[in-house]
Amino acid sequence: MDAPLKDPLTIPDIDPEEARKELLAKYPPKVGRKRSQQIYIKETDGAEDREIMANVRTVPGIITMRGCTYAGCKGVILGPTRDIINITHGPIGCGFYSWLTRRNQTDASAPGAENYIPYAFSTDMQDEDIIFGGEKKLKKAIQEAYDLFKPKAIAIFSTCPVGLIGDDVHAVAREMKALLGINIFGFSCEGYKGVSQSAGHHIANNKIFTEVVGTSDTPVRKGKFMINMLGEYNIGGDAFEIERILEKCGITLNATFSGNSTYNDFASCQLSDLNCVMCHRSINYVADMMETKYGIPWIKVNFIGANASAKSLRRIAAHFGDPELIKRVEEVIAEEMPEVEAALAEIKPRTTGKTAMLFVGGSRAHHYQELFREMGMTTLAAGYEFAHRDDYEGRHVIPTIKVDADSRNIEELEVEADPENYNPRMSEAEMKAREKDGWKFKEYEGLIPDMPKKAMIIDDLNQYEADKLIEMYKPDIFCAGIKEKYSVQKMGVPLKQLHSYDYGGPYAGFKGAINYYKDIDRMVNSKVWSKVKAPWRASEPELTACFVAG
Amino acid sequence: MALLRHTTADITVDRQALTINPAKTCQPVGAMYAALGIHGCLPHSHGSQGCCAYHRSALTRHTKEPIAAGTSSFTEGSSVFGGQANLLTAIQNMFSVYEPDVIAVHTTCLSETIGDDMTQIVEKARSEGKVPSGKHVIYCNTPSYVGSHVTGYSNMVFGMVKNLAESTGTKNGKLNIIPGFCEPSDMAEIKRIAEMMGVDANVFPDTSGVLNAPLTGKYEMYPAGGASVADIKSSGDAVGTIGLGRWATAQPAKYLDAEHKVPCEIIGLPFGLEDTDAYVMALAKMSGKPVPASIDFERGQVVDVISDYHQYFHGKRVALAGDPDQLIGLTKLLVELDMIPAYLVSGTPGNKFERAIREIVKGTPAENITKVKCPGDMFILHQWIKQESVDLLIGNTYLKYIARDEDIPLIRHGFPITDRMGHTLFPSVGYKGALRLMEKMLDAILTKRDRDASEAEFELVY
Repeated sequence: MDAPLKDPLTIPDIDPEEARKELLAKYPPKVGRKRSQQIYIKETDGAEDREIMANVRTVPGIITMRGCTYAGCKGVILGPTRDIINITHGPIGCGFYSWLTRRNQTDASAPGAENYIPYAFSTDMQDEDIIFGGEKKLKKAIQEAYDLFKPKAIAIFSTCPVGLIGDDVHAVAREMKALLGINIFGFSCEGYKGVSQSAGHHIANNKIFTEVVGTSDTPVRKGKFMINMLGEYNIGGDAFEIERILEKCGITLNATFSGNSTYNDFASCQLSDLNCVMCHRSINYVADMMETKYGIPWIKVNFIGANASAKSLRRIAAHFGDPELIKRVEEVIAEEMPEVEAALAEIKPRTTGKTAMLFVGGSRAHHYQELFREMGMTTLAAGYEFAHRDDYEGRHVIPTIKVDADSRNIEELEVEADPENYNPRMSEAEMKAREKDGWKFKEYEGLIPDMPKKAMIIDDLNQYEADKLIEMYKPDIFCAGIKEKYSVQKMGVPLKQLHSYDYGGPYAGFKGAINYYKDIDRMVNSKVWSKVKAPWRASEPELTACFVAG
Repeated sequence: MALLRHTTADITVDRQALTINPAKTCQPVGAMYAALGIHGCLPHSHGSQGCCAYHRSALTRHTKEPIAAGTSSFTEGSSVFGGQANLLTAIQNMFSVYEPDVIAVHTTCLSETIGDDMTQIVEKARSEGKVPSGKHVIYCNTPSYVGSHVTGYSNMVFGMVKNLAESTGTKNGKLNIIPGFCEPSDMAEIKRIAEMMGVDANVFPDTSGVLNAPLTGKYEMYPAGGASVADIKSSGDAVGTIGLGRWATAQPAKYLDAEHKVPCEIIGLPFGLEDTDAYVMALAKMSGKPVPASIDFERGQVVDVISDYHQYFHGKRVALAGDPDQLIGLTKLLVELDMIPAYLVSGTPGNKFERAIREIVKGTPAENITKVKCPGDMFILHQWIKQESVDLLIGNTYLKYIARDEDIPLIRHGFPITDRMGHTLFPSVGYKGALRLMEKMLDAILTKRDRDASEAEFELVY
């Protein structure tokens, strides 16, 4: 089918059930049955009491958007931290591919600041290491890294073959920690564990929680209102913008997990009074564990979208309940919004009525709908690469999620109140009273309630379905990642990368919203899409008749 | 404030276990790249999802083209019980959903370590009817703890001839040409030179037209380009094979020689004058065709440019990181320009590389200057540069950190290039390629000279 030359203001009137059938038509029966449970059509406005299948294995041979556990652990969670030496224990590939490819911006401009982000460290295992074991080489590599750089911490990441040959990275870490006197810890994040990157996030967060969090009583920053931002990775400088806004309001961002972060931020983050969760998927359990262990309550926030940012600021201020802070937050919103509104007024006539699809990692396929809504755009379909059911249906389904063999692989930490450092920031009675007033602690309603009726919600979208969706719905923009970008664009539809932002951004906060408005306006209104057909082909009828010489 | 602020000039640690900033990556990405050079081929990565995702991402960032490939999606169970069931399911699903002509399977360190037997699994897929008639499954072994992406490329090309090549006993008059690990643009140029020579060439793999395809409004999972299965099959009937680059092509070329009695000549990837001359002469010799005047014309233009701009190239010190076949060709070009290839690192193991470089610089002013480390990494390269700097860097995008810290112009060459365009469209091989490389080098050198010149010394004409 040829690229659609679209009427920009039409939302396709397609029966979603028919579309779903079309998506499934080509699959062998077994695959079709499984995929049918992962394709969900929104039936009513608001929340629904139905299940979507999520966090299950990818069908072999189906071209998935997903990555692996190692990628989630080393790339996503630890990658943004600048002063830990991250050694990939394995053959060269994994370390090479996770070298600078996640766009982890970091501000290492302070005098004497360490910054290992531009370096890739690997044990570059060779066949003899696979045969005889790689522990010796790993020890030596840690020693060499220590001798060269004298870092404050070293992390070790296990790749697939390391798990198979049985190298004990944790024992090596303990031994080298005792020898060198710095914190050294390992991650069993072999790529085959779990079904997606999500397993790697969990493994990374657990270890940071047990080995680093709470090991320092000296906060890097001090302030009256200290918060941590969890699940914000500073792609395109998002964390910089969030920090700018918070600082302006008088809120101190003590630790960000893990955008623009340092070892000491993690080590002293238990001194904050509130945890704000951005990406629910990648880190919600850390917020829970910090509440149990240290008594820090948590709330879900979203700094993607100007209105969402304002709402999140108000929530944080309301949490602290300080009249000065509440006033200051309103002043900041009032200061920031005119510029946002001016930018929006400029582009909105060109974006209103256009349509989008979002298939991105953790929470982004939800968060970015706020921005599209501000621009007058409709999200026709959305889904996640590695979500669990709670990310779609809300946290209330967590107790009903079946634990299968793949989730059982990932350690669940048993956490108790810390005998010395447990300090409930709010009495139980007060928390209860607040909840009675409609205040929501540790609440996330998920993606589905926020989607428009008839929208399609698809877990673990693959290349075949993406192509079909685009053919059927002809969206004005498709949001996904680098692997999807060029196949979509070959069809004449612009693709916005929401993992790397196409090297733009920031898109968080107020200034980020302006950047996003401009980028989306540029993309959906680019002249290039009207030039796809050569002028000598543009007027050709769909079917050309043959001349037969008579 | 330096980006690579922890790199010191003093080499205080003799590293034996820690690789820092590698000048190579793993076998499967090279195998995937080679497989994309077959028309109608869907590469498949037999291992866990991350490998496939990383390789697709790396190739996409480099080419800005869609890279479709399947994965066996190993989980813990498959790692324990073997990946046969996953691969059989994958083969069936891929033929049903994506309808390729060929599925090209490569292994990963995971499936290699557990010992999955590709021959047996693919045979089982065939016997169970999971491979539709007229369709093919080819495979190769690419454990990531051996060799590099270059070795992986070689192994997949070897897989092509091993799985597909046939000899009927009747020669077809064609010449097999196997390009080494190079850009789609380079493969197109290698073909163009053969066409200029009037040689009936059978070039494989051939990623031109596949990984530099046009935007048409339609997504073609299998664009028009690529070597056809029929052509690869017929490689056993060719009159000869030219392998361009020892590391990437000797294995398949020698196999065709041993198995199908197709004599081979393995020469360098044709960068610069000498190696392009060697390619042209190999074509002439093996096909019996005379060299046309149009090739003399192109060659003469290269000589002309060298003589015109010699003063700006002469004596300039260059540091390079990359793949052996590529670096050997580039070093020859540098020596032709009387430049000094000062430092070279390649992550691809093999001691022949250092010997080859020593041979090239022998008797030139670089002879006692050139330092080579193989396997080496970009960290040691940076340390050498800190000890005594260079005028120019040549290598992939990762060198931009050294370039910025040390204020040295960088020419992007090799794999991957993620932050500039051109490599997939404009060749570096052949005489045209030599012109382009010289243009880029001269541009880099003179741009810096212009930037740094005092007002009094700022010149209009060079």
